[in-house]
Amino acid sequence: MVNAPLHIITLVKWVPDAQLERRYNAEGRIDRSEGVLSELDEYPLEAALHIKEAAQDREVRVTALTMGPAGASTAAKKALQIGADDAYQLTDDALIGADIWATSVALKAAVETATGAAEFESGEPEYLVLTGMASEEGESGAVPAQLAERLGAHVVTYATALDLEAERLVVTRSGGTESQKVAVTMPAVVSVTDQANDPRYPNFKAIMAAKKKPLTRWTLADIDLRPEQVGAMVRVLRTDARPPRTAGEIITDEGDAGVKIVEFLVKERLL
Amino acid sequence: MSNVLVFFDELGEALSSAQKELIAQAGALGEVHIAVGAYTGDPTPALAIDGVQEVYLPEESLPAPEVAVVDLLETSVTESRAVVVLGSATADVTDALARLAVRLDTGLICGAAGISADLVVTKGELAGSYTTTSQLISATAPAAPLVVTFKPNNIDPQRVQTLVTRGEQPEVNVLPVRPSVGGVEILERTAMEVSARPPLTEARIVVAGGRGTDGDFTPLEELADELGAGLGASRAATDAGWIEHAAQVGQTGVTVSPQLYISAGISGAVHQRAGMQTAGTIVAINKDEDAQVFEIADFGVVGDLHEVIPQMIEELRRRKR
Ligand SMILES: Cc1cc2nc3c(=O)[nH]c(=O)nc-3n(C[C@H](O)[C@H](O)[C@H](O)COP(=O)(O)OP(=O)(O)OC[C@H]3O[C@@H](n4cnc5c(N)ncnc54)[C@H](O)[C@@H]3O)c2cc1C
Repeated sequence: MVNAPLHIITLVKWVPDAQLERRYNAEGRIDRSEGVLSELDEYPLEAALHIKEAAQDREVRVTALTMGPAGASTAAKKALQIGADDAYQLTDDALIGADIWATSVALKAAVETATGAAEFESGEPEYLVLTGMASEEGESGAVPAQLAERLGAHVVTYATALDLEAERLVVTRSGGTESQKVAVTMPAVVSVTDQANDPRYPNFKAIMAAKKKPLTRWTLADIDLRPEQVGAMVRVLRTDARPPRTAGEIITDEGDAGVKIVEFLVKERLL
Repeated sequence: MSNVLVFFDELGEALSSAQKELIAQAGALGEVHIAVGAYTGDPTPALAIDGVQEVYLPEESLPAPEVAVVDLLETSVTESRAVVVLGSATADVTDALARLAVRLDTGLICGAAGISADLVVTKGELAGSYTTTSQLISATAPAAPLVVTFKPNNIDPQRVQTLVTRGEQPEVNVLPVRPSVGGVEILERTAMEVSARPPLTEARIVVAGGRGTDGDFTPLEELADELGAGLGASRAATDAGWIEHAAQVGQTGVTVSPQLYISAGISGAVHQRAGMQTAGTIVAINKDEDAQVFEIADFGVVGDLHEVIPQMIEELRRRKR
């Protein structure tokens, strides 16, 4: 029997650059006027491309899916340059201020629409959703499990290695107090950590090729959702910036710095 | 007073300090009910704590990533009539509680630091550079319970000791939940090494080393032991295999918030800073006077850690004598 084709949906998020100052706006939302493709989403994308390249006898498609404001199209385009075959971007004003709950509602509909739209030559595909270990600004890591619950899919989080076998995916993961090797059958949602691989950089040829790849933009209506279905469950009442850390006393070692540190610790009552 | 459900994905013979802290958080909100996923033997003696009323157990232990824990939790919520569900912000607990929130059609707040009696939650955001305050939007009453995961180390351990005291054995309810079949199968499990030093997230002092150690962590280990500190590392050091990955502090490692963080031979890249910049006091030792870590250090030494640290240890020992 020929292996069923595999449709890998990789979630990629456009996030404020962590190298720059990140802030909340007056409405209690993270300022998203500028951003980059989340570094943490390069690992699942790389994992997807690995799986595709290793699957000799299997038709595999890698689709990038992003949800976010207009600027998020740059995340989708970057994913195409890195190697995704096609990309979808979900943008709708009703999604502004989406929490984990609302995000997973929207992503579930988007994943289903993307898998429904895809045509494969070798039969009915199975699907696999790969995500980063957490979003870079929310840092909850809860979307993979919520998405899986809504899709009726299995979930494995914090993958450090992935290996596609004929009828299952074998994943090494780090749980709380142990490292596990687990087998999961499709459909599945797997979050991938930065331990899993070394993401590739797009070269000039890939950047040119990406221009020809399809990028489809959706609003909620395109994925059959109404605005009231994506209302947030959690409301942010206030945001308070911590005073930024400033440099303290810096000394150059003149042979007594070890003693000086201990004196500092004593003075600060830290011992 | 409201009812609170606390979820422990696993329970050993004794409660961990993070688990005690959760009970302390819960106890401040109301009557405490506890659901346990994985256990061996009889977990109830460990749960004989003042304020803990009932314990919910599955018929068979449910080690993560078992999805049947969500069934256990769903039933426990109904049985306990909890208005809030609390767990630790670890991978396995987050997975279970995230699914639970979908089933209950309710909101989820991850990585909280505190919760008030009216269920207003505070938490650090953007690597600790903000504190946000949030709550459930409840259009309908009675609302579904709020689900919250907590980071450890938000209540002083001594305060936890006074809040969490021995009490009578709680009532035990074995719920008709058994492991699920198919889906996710565990092929192999390897316990992570548990070091004799204080766990990173709970340590009051953390000594962390980076590429500048050149692979030799002995002086850092000695310093950590001298100070009763936890031992951390940068990703460069864990990637090089000089120390186990569990020691990685930073965005994709552990977040620590100790009273004192001693950074040695670490440049202080943004990913590393994300995991330690909420420390009370930061001491940095780095050869390079332009190292980023000096921008946030309360006390910085431009110098070679291989000279500075042994001298520190010697001075600490001298003072003890
Ligand atoms: C997606 C992603 C996630 C990441 N997550 C993390 C994370 O969670 N945690 C983390 O730490 N990093 C993380 N990183 C890596 C991070 O960006 C840095 O590369 C890493 O922190 C560098 O480690 P380092 O400072 O030890 O090494 P280097 O950057 O090589 O710095 C070594 C420092 O040691 C100093 N030094 C050398 N010799 C001596 C000596 N004898 N005495 C004193 N000082 C000396 C040097 O001056 C230098 O400043 C992540 C990166 C990515 C892309």
